[in-house]
Amino acid sequence: MSDPPLAAPGAGTGRSGRVGLLVWRISGAAGPVLAVILALLAIWYAATVWLNAQWVLDQAARADRMAGFGDILRGTLNQERPVLPAPHQVAAELWNTVALQPVTSRRSLVWHAWVTLSATLTGFGIGTVLGIALAIGIVHNRAMDMSVMPWAIASQTIPILAIAPMIIVVLNSVGVQGLLPKAIISAYLSFFPVVVGMVTGLRSPDAAQLDLMRTYSASRAQTLWKLRFPASLPYLFASLKVGVAASLVGAIVGELPTGAVRGLGARLLSGSYYGQTVQIWAALLMAAFCAALLVGLIGLIQRLTLGRMGLAR
Amino acid sequence: MSGAASLGVVLAVWLGAWWANARLSAARGRVPRLLVPAIFGLTLLVLWELTVRLFGVPGVILPPPSAIGARIADSADILWTDFVQTFVKGALSGYVIGCGAALLTAVAIDRSAFLKRGLLPVGNFIAALPIVGTAPILVMWFGFDWQSKAAVVVVMVFFPVLVNTVAGLAAADAMQRDLMRTYGASWGQALIKLRLPAAMPFIFNGLKIATTLALIGAIVAEFFGSPTRGMGFRISTAVGQLALDLVWAEIAVAAVAGSVFYGAVAAVERGVTFWHPSQRKRNGSRGG
Repeated sequence: MSDPPLAAPGAGTGRSGRVGLLVWRISGAAGPVLAVILALLAIWYAATVWLNAQWVLDQAARADRMAGFGDILRGTLNQERPVLPAPHQVAAELWNTVALQPVTSRRSLVWHAWVTLSATLTGFGIGTVLGIALAIGIVHNRAMDMSVMPWAIASQTIPILAIAPMIIVVLNSVGVQGLLPKAIISAYLSFFPVVVGMVTGLRSPDAAQLDLMRTYSASRAQTLWKLRFPASLPYLFASLKVGVAASLVGAIVGELPTGAVRGLGARLLSGSYYGQTVQIWAALLMAAFCAALLVGLIGLIQRLTLGRMGLAR
Repeated sequence: MSGAASLGVVLAVWLGAWWANARLSAARGRVPRLLVPAIFGLTLLVLWELTVRLFGVPGVILPPPSAIGARIADSADILWTDFVQTFVKGALSGYVIGCGAALLTAVAIDRSAFLKRGLLPVGNFIAALPIVGTAPILVMWFGFDWQSKAAVVVVMVFFPVLVNTVAGLAAADAMQRDLMRTYGASWGQALIKLRLPAAMPFIFNGLKIATTLALIGAIVAEFFGSPTRGMGFRISTAVGQLALDLVWAEIAVAAVAGSVFYGAVAAVERGVTFWHPSQRKRNGSRGG
């Protein structure tokens, strides 16, 4: 981080124009985005008061007194098991479970997130590698293309997630437990987007470029490595973003059926069993943060890679 | 049969089918294009059946396709109740409400450049989140019946459709908008006659993504609590009883429902956006 701050006068000199453009674009959108987020928070608070008011009114009726607006406001924003927890309650729960607990503790949300993330990443890695391998096969073998491709496309329209409970329970009954079953679901969910995207990408070089490779008398492997694979990267990254989000959903849903005690899905499930709404919202925000982190990470790798290759828009 | 002989049979079927497909795929035309994937699918089913039977895989791990087919025939009434509960009541109503709300919201924020600049990044961000996680909350709010499933579906389909529609409404180019202005068209007229039609390819892209999400949302929401019917309920309870043939039967129904739903939306799209280059008659063998 020895770079001069971008806001300083002349800080952008010597950089490519794109960096300056990027900063300009972010700051151009920051105001509206901030406004929308603030509006969402305001709506959230209003909804908290509205949804939790019934409980306060009931309490007041039981105590045989009228609840004024001030009472409702106070009573709704700090309930233990609210219908909708207020943002500051969720923030407090997040702070308690993220910052105040040791990371190795079962009460730490970071630990639960890591349980889910490790399954997600394992599965995502497997799914991506297999997906790329199948895509290379499809591009080079016409029979494979015509046999597999229609099924790969059709599989995107069916709710694959429905088989998650079965995979978990069946693997459990043959003695496979823990990370692997969830990783298999994640792999399965990220596999098809990668296949479809990668096949499109590997086919994206046009006839003139392929002809050029032929005049160089390049072998199929050389054509693959030097032309098709680099040309496919923009498509690959687009599918990776879809795939990693799907992988995370798969890992979370994979934690539901066995009544798991570890992971974000388990936090959601136990929260819903015991009516711990604050815990559900905290787990939900953590899942959102993980998704943002994963997608953002791939976006970063994409920008760096494509920038290096001169393909960035 | 010994293990080696069984393996030989399975491999022979595989190689035979592959050889047929390799020969067929060299031919051009419509028939091989439909036949090759059909042969591939059938081969998988036959191999599945053979493997289960020859190697004696227990039914609680992997039931053979014949048993699943028999189960579908036997339990048609259960499957139908579950289908109505999850697909018609949960997924379809949620899909209509969610997509409708997203379209109206998109048109509403379209006039404000400020809102668009703010909502698009937020919407894009939310569209990538594991929204299915809101299911326990919505089940608590709306009860165990289909209303909560529909609510999960609404939340899941809203943002993809919103983001696509907003992008689509910007698709008409400046030249075309200028033409509308020279005609003296009002904002509403320009919207109906130019910008909405121009947005249709984008809108349908969102609507097609939403079909899959709707079914996933309705099924997964039932894992968090449901009345004693519904596809997600049946899957989770039948898995617990190790009645895997019933689970596979439900999955088959879900797969067919999902593809038909997608196909129906795609068919409407072909009717509405017949003018778009992506809908022109394709030649060659690239399905898509």
